[in-house]
Formats: sequence, structure tokens, C-alpha cells
Amino acid sequence: MSSHAPTASANTRYFVPDPSAWPFLLTAGLVAIILGAWSALEDKSLGSIPVYLGIAVSAFIIFRWFRGVALESEHGKYNKQVDTTFRMGMAWFIFSEVMFFAAFFGALYYARSLSVPWIGGEGAKGVANIEWPGFEASWPTNGPAALGGAFTNMSAWGLPFVNTCLLLTSGITITLAHHALKDNKRTACIVWMWATVALGAIFLYCQVVEYIHAYKELNLTLGSGVYGSTFFMLTGFHGMHVTLGTLMLFVITCRLMKGHFKPDSHFGFEGVAWYWHFVDVVWVGLFIFVYIL
Amino acid sequence: MFKSGLAARAAAGVTAALISGAAWAEEARSQYNLPVGATEISREVYWLHNFVLIIMCVIAVLVFGAMFYSIIAHRRSKHPKPADFHESTTVEIIWTIIPFFVLIGLAIPAAGTLIRMEDTRDAELTVKVTGFQWGWKYEYVGHDYEFVSMLAADSNKARQLDSGIDPRSVPNYLWEVTNPLVLPVGQKVRFLITAQDVIHAWWVFDLAVKKDAIPGYINEAWTKIDAPGTFRGVCAELCGRDHGFMPIVVKALPETEFKTWLAQKKGVDVASLGKAPPVAEATPVATTTSTAPAPTEAVAAAVEVAAATPVAAAPAKALTKDELMASGKKVYGTQCAACHQLTGLGMPPNFPSLVGSKIATGPAAAHIAHTLKGKGLMPPFASLSDLDIAGALSYQRNSWGNKASVVQPSEVAAARK
Amino acid sequence: MATAHAHDEHDHSHDHHHGPDKGIMRWIKTTNHKDLGTLYLCFSFTMFFIGGLMSLVIRAELFQPGLQFVDPEFFNSMTTLHALVMIFGGVMPGFVGLANWMVPMMIGAGDLALPRVNNWGFWILPFAFALLLSTLFMEGGAPAGGWTMYPPLVLQTGNAFPLLIFAIHLMGISSITGAINVVVTILNMRTPGMTLLKMPLFVWTWLITAYLLIATMPVLAGAVTMLLTDKYFDTSFFTASGGGDPVMFQHIFWFFGHPEVYILILPAFGIVSTIIPTFARKQLFGYDSMVYATASIGFLSFIVWAHHMFTVGMPLAGELFFMFSTMLIAVPTGVKVFNWVATMWKGSMTFETPMLFALAFVFLFTVGGFSGLMLAITPVDFQYHDTYFVVAHFHYVLVPGAVFSILAAVYYWVPKWTGVMYSEFWGKVHFWLSAIFINVTFFPQHFLGLAGMQRRVPDYNVMFSDFNMLSTVGAFVFMAAQFIFIGNMLYCMFGKRGQVPNRVWEGAQGLEWTVPSPAPYHTFEDPPFLTDSETTVHWDEADETLTGVRR
Ligand code: HEA
Ligand code: HEA
Ligand code: HEC
Ligand code: CUA
Ligand SMILES: [Cu+2]
Repeated sequence: MSSHAPTASANTRYFVPDPSAWPFLLTAGLVAIILGAWSALEDKSLGSIPVYLGIAVSAFIIFRWFRGVALESEHGKYNKQVDTTFRMGMAWFIFSEVMFFAAFFGALYYARSLSVPWIGGEGAKGVANIEWPGFEASWPTNGPAALGGAFTNMSAWGLPFVNTCLLLTSGITITLAHHALKDNKRTACIVWMWATVALGAIFLYCQVVEYIHAYKELNLTLGSGVYGSTFFMLTGFHGMHVTLGTLMLFVITCRLMKGHFKPDSHFGFEGVAWYWHFVDVVWVGLFIFVYIL
Repeated sequence: MFKSGLAARAAAGVTAALISGAAWAEEARSQYNLPVGATEISREVYWLHNFVLIIMCVIAVLVFGAMFYSIIAHRRSKHPKPADFHESTTVEIIWTIIPFFVLIGLAIPAAGTLIRMEDTRDAELTVKVTGFQWGWKYEYVGHDYEFVSMLAADSNKARQLDSGIDPRSVPNYLWEVTNPLVLPVGQKVRFLITAQDVIHAWWVFDLAVKKDAIPGYINEAWTKIDAPGTFRGVCAELCGRDHGFMPIVVKALPETEFKTWLAQKKGVDVASLGKAPPVAEATPVATTTSTAPAPTEAVAAAVEVAAATPVAAAPAKALTKDELMASGKKVYGTQCAACHQLTGLGMPPNFPSLVGSKIATGPAAAHIAHTLKGKGLMPPFASLSDLDIAGALSYQRNSWGNKASVVQPSEVAAARK
Repeated sequence: MATAHAHDEHDHSHDHHHGPDKGIMRWIKTTNHKDLGTLYLCFSFTMFFIGGLMSLVIRAELFQPGLQFVDPEFFNSMTTLHALVMIFGGVMPGFVGLANWMVPMMIGAGDLALPRVNNWGFWILPFAFALLLSTLFMEGGAPAGGWTMYPPLVLQTGNAFPLLIFAIHLMGISSITGAINVVVTILNMRTPGMTLLKMPLFVWTWLITAYLLIATMPVLAGAVTMLLTDKYFDTSFFTASGGGDPVMFQHIFWFFGHPEVYILILPAFGIVSTIIPTFARKQLFGYDSMVYATASIGFLSFIVWAHHMFTVGMPLAGELFFMFSTMLIAVPTGVKVFNWVATMWKGSMTFETPMLFALAFVFLFTVGGFSGLMLAITPVDFQYHDTYFVVAHFHYVLVPGAVFSILAAVYYWVPKWTGVMYSEFWGKVHFWLSAIFINVTFFPQHFLGLAGMQRRVPDYNVMFSDFNMLSTVGAFVFMAAQFIFIGNMLYCMFGKRGQVPNRVWEGAQGLEWTVPSPAPYHTFEDPPFLTDSETTVHWDEADETLTGVRR
């Protein structure tokens, strides 16, 4: 028999939650969304109800789940070790997100540096040009078949530059909020947080304006060959992450206003801040590789 | 590597293949080992394969020898008290370094062969190979001659579900084509390999050439065949339903015979429509290749087929229904019947019946568009000539009780724009 | 709250304070690592049988030349689903189930770090596979483009296409959450005194596996997302006319796919490294180098992916690079094989069922490794590629590799889980039938491949008849033999409990053997003590009151 550490009091024990139906219901919600999406893409037999139902169920469960965690945390169920778990968990989750973006950055690299030059007759596999006479490699491009018709590419120094400034500033404001929280200056923290939320929201607004501009005036669409594909998929997935991040910031700010979090224990806050920085860094990558270069 | 229950049989087989070498392999393909092949490169590859295999066997004997010795000698009944060593840096370094050197010994010859295989410079003849679902198109670049090659008719018949035909009764079952690719002996031939719809891979065993055919891109490969003969291969990349049924046959002819062959082919085909493969039944190749054919015979045969191909002037003028039906029947037989069957009844549910089909009896434009673009499992047939498509469609529209307008080549040409 | 109760897990196997719910809700709502481990294993088991049935459809059609039973398109669906079900439904959940059960017990943790997330990760799987398998009944049939899903072919899939993609997204979510859980548990929940280099090897290999999962599953998700947008939203990632390249998909896929195959084998290495010392009654040889070798394999697995694509026409420099890097993997893998042999050397071996499976693993996995090395030699791979030689290679590493290791692990730990000893006699019968007929099934496929039979075909030239016939016979007998295993497991699940000691195997070491058999619902709620000397405890000195950790 194993010998035990001396008397384990309640809060030195690692918190093990009670059985829970949340995960199962969340899966059910996701599956409903999937069935709806499948039907929308293919045979249209199910209509849109499953999607809405699924989104509603999932959103509700996510809300309940996170609320549950917040309450457990506020009731002091979590000890230091649980805190470490959350930190590590968040860090690894963000790493997995980085790898998701890596796939699309990889696609961008491959298209720009390999496949487009090859069909343009350059490089080791340049014979491919026989299939596409007259096509010369350049970037941006919508390919030898000029898919989607002539387009203008998105200039880096208009809205995208503004957006870069917005996000970088939001990185600063959230750091200021964090310091304020640590110094127990709650009001300052909340103000900085609202600033961050606002910056995120303005970013999203600009992004929508940019997309409309691209579609309406530049004729730059998802269908504009591989440039359009990489441009919209990278910025689009980034935009989704900003949306999510802004929502999370919003929730955290509300929790701050309800008095949650302590100067020395506020993982929820930090996790969101990490996520926000991640979104920020991805944007810098996008700005350099998608817009400038 | 031969440690299974099959060890004895396996070892015997490989040894047989190793010892008997080239001569043996020419008569019958080895059941156990790579073919020795008909080119310098293929022999290098064969050598390299055997070399690696033998080294693996040696390592296997040593490692498994030690393991089985230990299993037998150090079982509890023999060796009740276990030793208690559990580490030895020296030993561990040794068995890290030795495999490393073994690998270097393998990598050097491998790299040499690889570099030679990738060197496609200075070719004397270039053939463009285009894979499509499910066949190959060959184009002699600079000679303005091209044709299509698909699974031979008798194999095709036998391979249908519940065909009732014993594959063993079909010579070269699944390894025979309507039109083999003809190549000259002793010349460096460069292949430009690409595809129309999905990825295929052009593989001929004896030439040790396997390259993926990627739509929109071109891969290069080359070969230089030593001696006349017939070499077979298959598509080696999953490409859909009939991936298993798009073989490749290469016939190597002495250089001069090849020249005559090509000249004759060009003389006849280029003037006419070129792209339609001769009807399978009329192709004597299927029977001549099962035993190693005398090359001259093959040429004669090829010429015969070429001459038999209906010659029509460039179809600017409208053709009569009979003309269209006659040529269309053949095109239908080679191109469409694989799926829609000679009876037109297709193979539901995958391949719809054309009898009374809305598309095949409706407006011609939709019918043409469908054939040019394909749909679902049906591949696009834009690579066929206008005349062929016009014929096949006219035939479909007026057979098995269907009654609709004929389709003129000019309509097809217009639809292409 | 549950944790408020002081609690001792030794005196009863059933905890009244926070015991499981009753009936089906127990399984739906459970957050307990043992319950979830059981669920994972049962799920994996079911999938193995579904995948096995599909492989029998394949083998039945290939019994003779000519088409006898199925349409070629359906055949391709079988191949595709067989692989997806076996890999994502069989082996991976099997290993996750073992990790669920064993990792906390091996490192002295009460549960996994994130129990609710653990439940979520499991319950995604049945849904994901229900979606995937439902495509069998759809218009246009199930996906038939191979498990590698290469475009443009896979884009020809009918109605089923979005479900294929979404099912893979779900499997990805499941794997990533599961992997994060394992990493965090290992890094954060070890009992005091258990330093990283004192962890059992199963824990180590899982740590690295989890890392590979977190790094590569999102890449797969990205790749299939691009397929989805290419098909439905006009993007042209994989279309030349828009500047994309079908081969780009292959690069992204295999950047996931190659680490994936090590995901399927590293935990197996851990299992074998646990079992062999137990039955050789001798400490594992070269613990440290085992750890470093595992890490090197993990690292190398990221830079060899294009060895699956030698024939796509890469620039020469690329081909050379990928050939050399691939060959390098033989070095750390060799270290592992040699260490296992050295562990046996001068041991005192007995051959209970787990040991038999572990030994067969070492032998047959290595055979598969040798053919892998042959495949790495680029110029010869041009001949091997997409033939049955490749099929033989990967079944050798997957079936007598990954699957045998799961069987070994189940036999090894099942008495701990259920408190019932399996039948040694039937275990041995199961082993011998499996070991013999797996070779009858897959060894002839080497010859088929070399002689020129390509993969993924429902029909073949008549010269391949004999070996195909043999292979089919092997497959049917192998599958039949698995029913013995079912019987043995049912016996363990429903037999009379409490007959086995804590330390089921006399040579076994590690914390899991210090708790009763069957293991109580909650173990190690308070971390067990570890002292330095325990890491070197020997089998013959083993004392039931000591907690020893196998090095
Ligand atoms: C568990 C899964 C697993 C494992 C562990 C491996 C291990 C290896 N594999 Fe395998 N492989 C697959 C699963 C796996 N593979 C699958 C599923 C496919 C096909 C996918 C598909 O196309 O569908 C595949 C395909 C595949 C290919 C592509 C073939 C082709 O399509 O043309 C190649 C090519 O290099 C390859 C190589 C290797 C190598 C070098 C190893 C090495 O890790 C092996 C190392 C081990 C040893 C070498 C033995 C032990 C070592 C010694 C005793 C030391 C001394 C030895 C020497 C010095 C040589 N594998
Ligand atoms: C882990 C993976 C795995 C496993 C286990 C198997 C198992 C088997 N496979 Fe398969 N196979 C693949 C992975 C696997 N395969 C892959 C990746 C492909 C390539 C697909 C493609 O080309 O796209 C393939 C393709 C493939 C082909 C080629 C098809 C083709 O090219 O057209 C064939 C043909 O014979 C085949 C046969 C078999 C057979 C007879 C088995 C038998 O071994 C099956 C019998 C096995 C069992 C019944 C399982 C027994 C296990 C247990 C009882 C475990 C108990 C578990 C617990 C307690 C948790 N497989
Ligand atoms: C490889 C198999 C294959 C070949 C070869 C083939 N088809 Fe088809 N064909 C199909 C399939 C599959 C469909 C059903 C497409 C769908 O509706 O998804 C089809 C449908 C059709 C239809 C529409 C039938 C209907 O009423 O729905 C016509 C007309 C047709 N094909 C004409 C042709 C012609 C002309 C050729 C030869 C030049 C040809 N097909 C060759 C597979 C094939
Ligand atoms: Cu074409 Cu396979
Ligand atoms: Cu690999």
C-alpha cells in the first residue's frame, strides 16, 4: 500500500469535478450544426433548423460550462495545481492553434514560392509551363486561367495598416489592464479592458469594410485563384479568432465588473490575454506575409 | 526478412529470383521479386533492391538471432536468477554508430542511381503521356501524332461484376490495351507526364519508371530500352472507380521499324481525325502480344489497323445520319460502353441507363455539354475530337429505341467555345 | 463538495461520497479516468471489429481474380473507411483508453488534469464515426478516395463529402483535447519525487505522442478545410488553373500523416518497454537512451514526410533530403530494438500472454521496420510505391505492431482493472493463432507488391492469384481468432472478482501495482510518497508496502 502525504485538507486536494452532462450535450450541439451544414452544402433536405438549434445548444452549454468553471473558481475550489493545469492547458491549446495557422501559411508559401513559379516556367519543375503557355509567374495571381477575373490586390498601407495599429495598441492596453489588476487598481483595469474590447471591435469593423471593398471594388474574392484563396482563408480565420477573442475579452470584462478575479489569482484573465496576444502575433505574420510581401 | 511461417517458401522464391537473374525474368515475370527489367536503370534498381534486401536480412539474422537465443537460453527454467545490469554507455554508443554507417553505405549507391534517374537531358524523342479517368493519351511531341489507349475489350468484358468469364481464360488479363505505346529501342525517350482530371501514375514495371500524372503540372521521366519487346504496366495512383483497369503496354521496336511505323501512322491519321482509337475488336495487338511478337508483325498489324480506321475529310460539311451512326457506334463502343454498356442500359445505380434518358433524348446542347464536362463519376470527354463526340452522341440519341436529332461536329465545335 | 471529504481508497472498492451515477447516465456523465478509459477501450474494440469486417470485404473480393462481390467503387469505399476506422477509431482511441487508465495510476495522480474535457474528447468519437459510417448509405456512396484523401479525386465524392470532412474535424478535436489532457497531467500531476526521468516509459512515450498530436492534428484540420473550400467555395488551393497544386495537399497531409504513424507506434513502444522487463524479471536496459530515442523519433518524424511522395516529381534535392532524413529514423528505432533484446539478455523469462504479444511485437515490428527502410531508398521506392509491398510494410508495423501492443497491454493490465485473471490457456491459443495467421495474411503481400500488384484495386492479373488466396485465408482465420479474445475479456469483466493480488505479476513494478485489484474507483487522491531508493527496487526484493517506480 502506498503511504500518503500527511493530512490532506480540502483545498490542497486537486479538484475533481462531479459527473457532468455538459460535454455530451456540447457534442450533440456540434453534431446538429454539422448535419445542418452538410445539408446546406449537399442535398438541402434538412433546412436551416439544425444549424440554429445546434448553435443555440452549443452556445448555451458553453455559457453554462464556463460559468460553472468561473463559479468553482470563485468559490475557491481550485488550488495552485489546478491553476497550473489551466495555464498549461491554455498554452498547449494556443500551440495547436498556431499549428492550424501554420497549415495555411504553409499553403501560402508553397503557392508563392513553388507552384506559381513552376506553372510560370521557372524553377526545377518549370516544364509545367507547357500546359499553360503564355502564363508568367507573378504574385499576386489568380492563376493561368485567371479564375474569378481580373482583380486588384489589397494594398497594405490602407486599412490593413490601420488594423495593425489597432491590434498592436490593443496588445498594449490589455497589458496595462493586467498590470492594473495585479496592482489591485480595479477601475483602471476595467477601463483598459473596455478599451481593448473596443479596439478589437473596431478591428473587426475595418475588416468587414475591407472585405466589402475587396468584393465590390477590387473584384478580389475567394474565387480569385490561389491569391484570393490564401488571402481570405488566412485573414478570415484570423478574423474568426479575433471575434472569439473579443467575445472572451467582453466576458472577462463583465466578470471584472462583477468583482471576479484577485490580484494574485486570475487565470481566466490571463488565459484570455494570452489568446489575445496570440491573435495579435498571427496578425503581424499576416501583415508581413500576406499584405506587405 | 523471412521469418514468418512462410519462411521456407519465401526464401526459396527469392533465391530463385536472385540466382536465375535476367534470363529467367524475361520469359516469365518473377512471382516473388522485382523484375530485372529491360533498361540499364531498371537493372540498377533491381541490384539496389537486392542489395538493401540482403543487408536487411543480415541485420535481421543478427538481431533476431540474439533475441531467440536469449528467449531459449534465458527462460526461467534454464536461467532462474536474472542478471542485474541495465546500462552500458559503450554498448549503446556502438549500436548507435554502427547502424549509422550501414545507412551511409546504403545511401551512397542509392543517391547515385537517383541522380541518374532524374537526368532527363538529351532525349531523342519526347512522348507526352496524359492520364484520364480511365485511360492514357500518348502524344509524340513534334510529330503531331497522338492516340488514346484503354483497357482491351476482352479484359474489360471479363472484369465486369458477375461477367461469368474466367479471367484465367483471358490472355494478359487486365494487362492489355487497345493501343500500345510504341517506342524505339536504344534511344533516350523522355516522357512528359500529366493528367486531365485526377492524379494518376504512369508505371511500367520493366522500365522502372513510375511518375505521378498531376493535372495542370508536368513531370518528367525517361527511359532507354535495350531490346525489342513488350512491356507492361498499370496506373499506380488511386484515380477512382476504374483505377485498377487502366493498364499500360509499351512496345519497343528497333529504331528503323519505329520510324516507319510512326511515318505510316502520321500519314494516315494526321490527315484524318487522329484521336479516335481504333475499335478494340479490330485491334490484333491483343492476340499478338501474348507471345513475344515478332516486331515486324506488330508493325504490319498497326498499319493494318490504321488503314482500317475510317478516313473522313475534315468535317466542315454536315454528315449524314448514317455516317454519324457508323462512326459513332465505334466511338461509343470504346469510350462510353465501359460504363453505359453496349446495350445502353448502363449499370445502375452508378451508371445510368441511356435508354429513354432525358439528356440523351433531349436538346443536343445539354447532351454535348454533359459529355464535354462530365458529371459526377462520368469523366469529361473534351479530349475526343468533335467528330467522335458528334458520332457517339448521334448514336446514343438514335439507338435502343431512342429517337432524337443527330449531332453535327460543328455543333460540338461551337459548344466548345 | 466531493473533495471536502477526507478519503481513503484502500478499504473499499466503492466510494459512497462521489461514486458513479447509475445506469447509462454513469457513462454519459462520467468524469472518472477509469470509466472513460473503459469507454475508450470498448469504443476502440468496436471500431476494430467494424474495420476488421471491412478488411474482410476487401480480402474476400481479392480472394480470386475477377470481380465477385462488390462494385469497384464500393471496394474503394471499403479501403478508405477500413483505414480511417482502424487508425482514428481503433488504434488511437485504444491508446487513449490505455493512457486514461494507466497514466494517472502510473504517476500517482488522482485523475487526469481536466476530467470534463476528457469526457468531451471521448463522447465526440461515437458521433464522429456515426457520421462517417452513415455515408455508406448515401447517394453517391461513401468516400472512396483512399484514407489519404488526395484531391482532385476526393472532390468527386458525392453527398458524403462534407461529412467526411466534418468527421475528421471532430476526430481532430477529440485527439487534441485528449492530448492536451495527457500532456498537462504528465507535466503537472506527478506525485512528489517523480522526476521526469523516473517516469515509466509508457508515460514518456505518451508525452511525446501527445506532443505530436497537438502539433499535427490541427494541420490535418487545416488541410481538410482547404478541401472543403475548394469543393464548395471556389478556392483553388489544389487547382493548377488558379495557381494552386494538388501536390500541395499531399505535402500538408503528410506533414500530419507521418508524425501520425509514430503516434500509432510510440505508445506501443512504451507498452513493450513495460512488459518485457516484467517478464524478464530484469530492469529495462538503457532507460535514458530509450527516452532520448523516443524524443529523436518524435523530432525526426517532422522532417521526413515527403517519403510518401517520392513519385510526385519533387526537385532532386528534395528527394535526396527526404531519403536521408527518413533513413536516419532507423538509428533511434534500432536503439530501442537493441535495448529490448538487451533487457531479455540474461533475464529470467516466462512467457505469459502479454509477454508473448510483446515478443511478437519486437520481432514483427522490426520486420516492418526493415521494409520501411527499403521504402526509404528513393530509387527503389519508385518500384515499390503504391504496391502491396507498401501495404505489407504498414500492416506489419500496424497490426503485429500497434494492435499487438494493445492486446499485450490489455492482457497485462486487465487483472488490475477487473480483479479477474484472464484464462492463460485461451490467451495463448489466441496469441498463437494471431501470430501465425497475421503472417499468413501479410507476408505474401510483400511478394505481390514486388511482382507488381498495385494497391487499391479490386481485381488483378491472374499471376497474383495464389498469394492473394493465401492472404485472404490468413485474414479470415486471424479475424476468427479474435473471438477468443472477446471470450476471454467477457470472462474478466463478468467473472468472480478479488482473486488476484495487488501486484499481479511478480516482476511488475510501478505505482499501479500498489493499489488493490480491481483498482478502486478513485486512486491516489492524495499523492503517494516516493523515495529515491524505490526507483531501483528489484523484483525479488519487491515489498508490497513499498511504492516502486520502474525506471
Ligand atoms: C506504425 C506505423 C508506422 C511505422 C512505425 C513506420 C515506420 C517506418 N516507415 Fe512507414 N508507413 C506507414 C506506417 C508506419 N511506418 C504507413 C501507414 C504507410 C503507408 C501510408 C499510405 O500510403 O497509406 C507507410 C509508408 C511508408 C513509406 C512510403 C512508401 C510509399 O508509399 O512508397 C516509407 C518510405 O520511406 C516508409 C518508411 C518507414 C521507415 C523508414 C520507418 C522506420 O521508422 C522504421 C525503423 C525501424 C527499423 C529500421 C527496424 C529496427 C531497427 C534496427 C534493428 C536497427 C538496424 C537497422 C538498420 C541500420 C537498417 N513508410
Ligand atoms: C491500424 C490500422 C490497420 C489495421 C489494424 C488493419 C488491419 C487489416 N487490414 Fe488494413 N489498412 C490500413 C490500416 C490497417 N489495417 C491502412 C491505413 C490501409 C490503406 C488504406 C488506403 O489505401 O487508403 C489499409 C489497407 C488494407 C488493404 C489494401 C486495400 C487496398 O489497397 O485496396 C488490405 C488488403 O488486404 C488490408 C487488409 C487488412 C486486414 C486483413 C487486416 C486485419 O488485420 C484485420 C483484423 C483485425 C482485427 C479484427 C482487429 C483485432 C484487434 C483487436 C481484437 C483489438 C482489441 C482491442 C481492444 C481490447 C481495445 N488493409
Ligand atoms: C467512366 C464511366 C463513364 C463513361 C466512360 C461514360 N459515362 Fe456517361 N455517365 C456516367 C455516369 C456516372 C453518369 C451519371 C452522372 C450523374 O448524373 O451524376 C453518366 C451520365 C450520362 C448521361 C446522362 C444520362 C441521364 O439521363 O442521366 C449521358 C447522356 C452520358 N452519360 C453520355 C455519355 C457519353 C456520350 C459517353 C462517351 C463519350 C459516356 N457517357 C461515357 C459514366 C460514364
Ligand atoms: Cu489512373 Cu489509377
Ligand atoms: Cu511515413
